[in-house]
Amino acid sequence: MTDPLSLSPLHLDTPEKPYLDSNELIINMGPQHPATHGVLRVILKLDGEKVLGTECVIGYLHRGVEKIAENRTYAMFNPYVDRMDYVAAVSNGLGYCEAVEKLMNVEAPPRADYIRVILTELNRMASHQLWLGTHALDIGAMTPLFYTFRDREEILKIFEKYCGARLTTHAFRIGGCLYETYAGFEKDVQNFLTFVAPKIDEYEELLTTNRIWLERTKNVGVISGEDCIALGVTGPVLRASGVKWDLRKAQPYAAYSKFDFEIPTGENGDTYDRYLVRMEEMRQSLRIIEQAVNTIPEGPIMAKVPKVIKPPVGEIYHSIEAPKGELGYFIVSDGSTQPYRVRVRPPSFVNLQALDRMVRGLLVADVIAVIGTIDIVLGEVDR
Amino acid sequence: MPNFVMSYLGSTVTPGEAGNQFWALVYVLIIFAGVSLAVVAMNWFERKALAHFQIRLGPMRVGPHGLLQPIADALKLMLKEDIIPAEADQFVFWVAPLIGLLAAFTVYIVIPFGPSQAVSDMNIGILFMLGVLSLGVLGIVVAGWASNSHYPLIGALRSSAQMVSYEVAMGLAVVSAVLMTSMKTGTGTLSMIGIVESQQQQGIWFIFKFFPLGFVAFVCFVIAMIAETNRAPFDMAEAESELTAGYHTEYSGLRWSLFMLAEYAAMIAVSSIAVTLWLGGWLRPFPNLLRAPAWDLIFSLFPSLTFGALAAIAVVGAMRMPAHSYFKVQRIGLAAFAALLGLIALFLLVIAIAGRSSDATVAARLCEGIDYVYWFVLKVSLFMYLFIWCRATWPRYRFDQLMRVGWKVLLPITLVVLILTAIVGVIVP
Repeated sequence: MTDPLSLSPLHLDTPEKPYLDSNELIINMGPQHPATHGVLRVILKLDGEKVLGTECVIGYLHRGVEKIAENRTYAMFNPYVDRMDYVAAVSNGLGYCEAVEKLMNVEAPPRADYIRVILTELNRMASHQLWLGTHALDIGAMTPLFYTFRDREEILKIFEKYCGARLTTHAFRIGGCLYETYAGFEKDVQNFLTFVAPKIDEYEELLTTNRIWLERTKNVGVISGEDCIALGVTGPVLRASGVKWDLRKAQPYAAYSKFDFEIPTGENGDTYDRYLVRMEEMRQSLRIIEQAVNTIPEGPIMAKVPKVIKPPVGEIYHSIEAPKGELGYFIVSDGSTQPYRVRVRPPSFVNLQALDRMVRGLLVADVIAVIGTIDIVLGEVDR
Repeated sequence: MPNFVMSYLGSTVTPGEAGNQFWALVYVLIIFAGVSLAVVAMNWFERKALAHFQIRLGPMRVGPHGLLQPIADALKLMLKEDIIPAEADQFVFWVAPLIGLLAAFTVYIVIPFGPSQAVSDMNIGILFMLGVLSLGVLGIVVAGWASNSHYPLIGALRSSAQMVSYEVAMGLAVVSAVLMTSMKTGTGTLSMIGIVESQQQQGIWFIFKFFPLGFVAFVCFVIAMIAETNRAPFDMAEAESELTAGYHTEYSGLRWSLFMLAEYAAMIAVSSIAVTLWLGGWLRPFPNLLRAPAWDLIFSLFPSLTFGALAAIAVVGAMRMPAHSYFKVQRIGLAAFAALLGLIALFLLVIAIAGRSSDATVAARLCEGIDYVYWFVLKVSLFMYLFIWCRATWPRYRFDQLMRVGWKVLLPITLVVLILTAIVGVIVP
C-alpha cells in the first residue's frame, strides 16, 4: 500500500522555451473542455501521450455553500444543498435533513422515511443513468447518452409531479416530507419500474460485451481497495475495488434496514468493474423501490418539529450513501437558529483525489475515461 | 459544335484515353459538382440517420425536415470571421486545408463510374489512388503543426501514425484483389476500369471470389478505410472528448469547412475503391447470369424506381406535416421537392424505356451511362450508411489499441490472405 502522502505534487515549471518542447508536454485540460464534466481543470504532464502526472485545479464553481449556511436558518439552508450535487439533489437533501433531525433528536415518521427512500433511490437511478451516458460519450459511444436521458426523463417527471421541481427538488423538510404523495404516485413508480428494467439491459447490450468498450475500460484506472481506503474514496469506486462498504447496510438510515438488497462489488477495481457495479446498483435500486412502494405504510409524513428550528448546542456528523459515495454533514450548533458551522463531506471531492493515482502511466484517452468513471460533479467538488 | 459534342457519346473509352479534352473537362466539372453535392447530402443524411439512431429528430427547422440545413451551415461557415492564431505559422496554416482538399478531390480522376464514365483510365489507377489519398495525411499533419498548439499537435501525431500504419494493411488487401484480376487472363491489371471488367469476365465479384479469401480481404480493407479516413471508431485524431477537436481545434469558418469537405470526399473516395475492387463497381447484380434484354430493361428501371420511392417518401412527409399554418411553407417546399424528385424519376423512366427499346444511339448510351452511375452510387451510399452506423454504435478505440489492431491483427491477416490468394490462384484455374 502506498502512503498517500508520498504522492508528490507535480512540479510545474514554466517551460523556458516559448515554443513547443518535444520532451515533455504540459497540457491544460479544462476548465473549458468537453469531457471534464463541468469546470474541472486538470494539468497533465505528458511524455508523448503517456501521462507522467496530473494536477487537478478546482474551485471554478465555488459558491461558498458552507459559509452561506452560517448566515441562514436551518430550514433556509435546505434548498442550498440541492445545488451541490445537482444530479442527485434528493440525496443531498436527505443527508442534510437527517443530520439536522439527529441534532434535534427528532425522528421522521415511517411513511416519510419510505417516501424518502423511494425518491432517493429514484434519484440514484437518475444519477447513475446520467453518469453512464456521459461516461460512454467520453469513451466515444454517443448513443447510450440519449437512451439514458430518455429514461431519466421518466424519473424527473415523477419528481416534478411530486414536488414541482425536476432537478433541484428540495423534496424533504427537516422532520419529514412537506408533500404527501400525489394520487397515483405508487402507480407511476410501479410503471416506471416495469418500464426501466428492460432499458438497463438495453444499455448493457450496447456496452457490456462490446469489444472496444472492454478494451477501453478493462485494466484502466486500477486502484486497490487499500488505496481507496487510504484516500478516503467511497461509493461505487470503493466497492468496485472489492470492499463491501455501503452505508445503507453498514449504518442504515431512513428505512433502509427494512429492505432486502445486495451490495454489488467488483474485483479488479478497474473502470470496467466500476461500470458493472453501477449497472448492478441500478438494478438493486429498482428492487428497493419495488419493496418500498409495495409496503409503504399509512400515517403522518411530518414529525413534530417546532416552527423555528433551534437545535440544542452540540455537533453531529451524519452521513448517507449518495450515488457517488459517502455524503456527510458535520453540523455544529450554538443553540441559535443558524448553524455555527456546516461542513460537507462531498464524495466527488474526496474521490477526485484518486485521479492522479489511477491515471499515472496511462494515456491521455484514459484520463478522460477515468474522470468519467470516478463520476464527479463539479458543483459538489467546489461547493 | 453539336457534332463535336455528340462525337464523344459514341465512344466506349474514357475521355482521357480518347484524348478528348473538352469532355474530360466536362467530366471534371461534373464530378466536382457531384462530389460537393454528395458531401452536402451526406452531411444532411448523417445528421438525420445519426439522430434516428439516437431517438432524436435531427435538424427539423431549416427547410422541411432540415433539408436546407447543410446550405445554411455552409453559408454560416463562409460568413464567419477568418481567424489565424497569432502564434500560428500563417502560410502553412493557410495551405493545410487545401492540401487535404486537393488530395481528396484529385482521387476522383480515376474513379470509374462506368466503363467510359471516368475522367481517365490510368493503367496504374489503383496505385495512383492510394498514393494521392495518402497525401491527405500531409494536410492533417501540417495543420496540427502550423496551429502551434498542444491539442492539434497531438491530434496530428495520432493521425499520421494511424494513417501510415493502416495504409500498409490497406495496400496488402488491395494487392490481393489485384492478384485476382490475373486469374483467367493471366495478366493482372492495376487499372480501376480493368479491375471491374475482369470481375465481369470472371463472372464474380471479388468479395465472393475464393470464399472466404476475398471476403476477409474486403473486411480488412473496410476496417482500414474507416481508420484511414479518421472516422469513428477510429477518430482519435479529432476525438472531441479527448482533444477538443484534434488537428482542427484552431480552425474555424471556411477553413474548417474545407477540412470537413475533404474528410467526406475522402470517405466517398475510399468507399469507391472498395466498391470497385470487391463489389463489382458499376456492374449491376448478375450482369452475366440475367442477360436477356428484358432483364436489362428491368434493371434499367431501378434508377427511376429509386427516385420514385424518394418522391413518395417526400409526399408522405408533406402530407404528415402538422396542419398549423406555421408549417405551410415547409409543406409547400417539401411538396416541391417531391415534385422535383418525381420529375427526375419520370425523366429516368423515359430514358430507360427509350434506351432499352430502341437502338437510338444517344438514348441507349445515356440509359447505359445512367445505369452504371446508379449502381455505383448505390453501392457507395451503402458504405456511407456503414460509416454512420459505426459512428452510432461503437465507442472510440484508444490510440495504442488502434495501432495494435493495425499492426498485429490486420497486417498479418492481410498478409496471409495475400499469400493464400496467390496459392489458390495458381492451383484452382
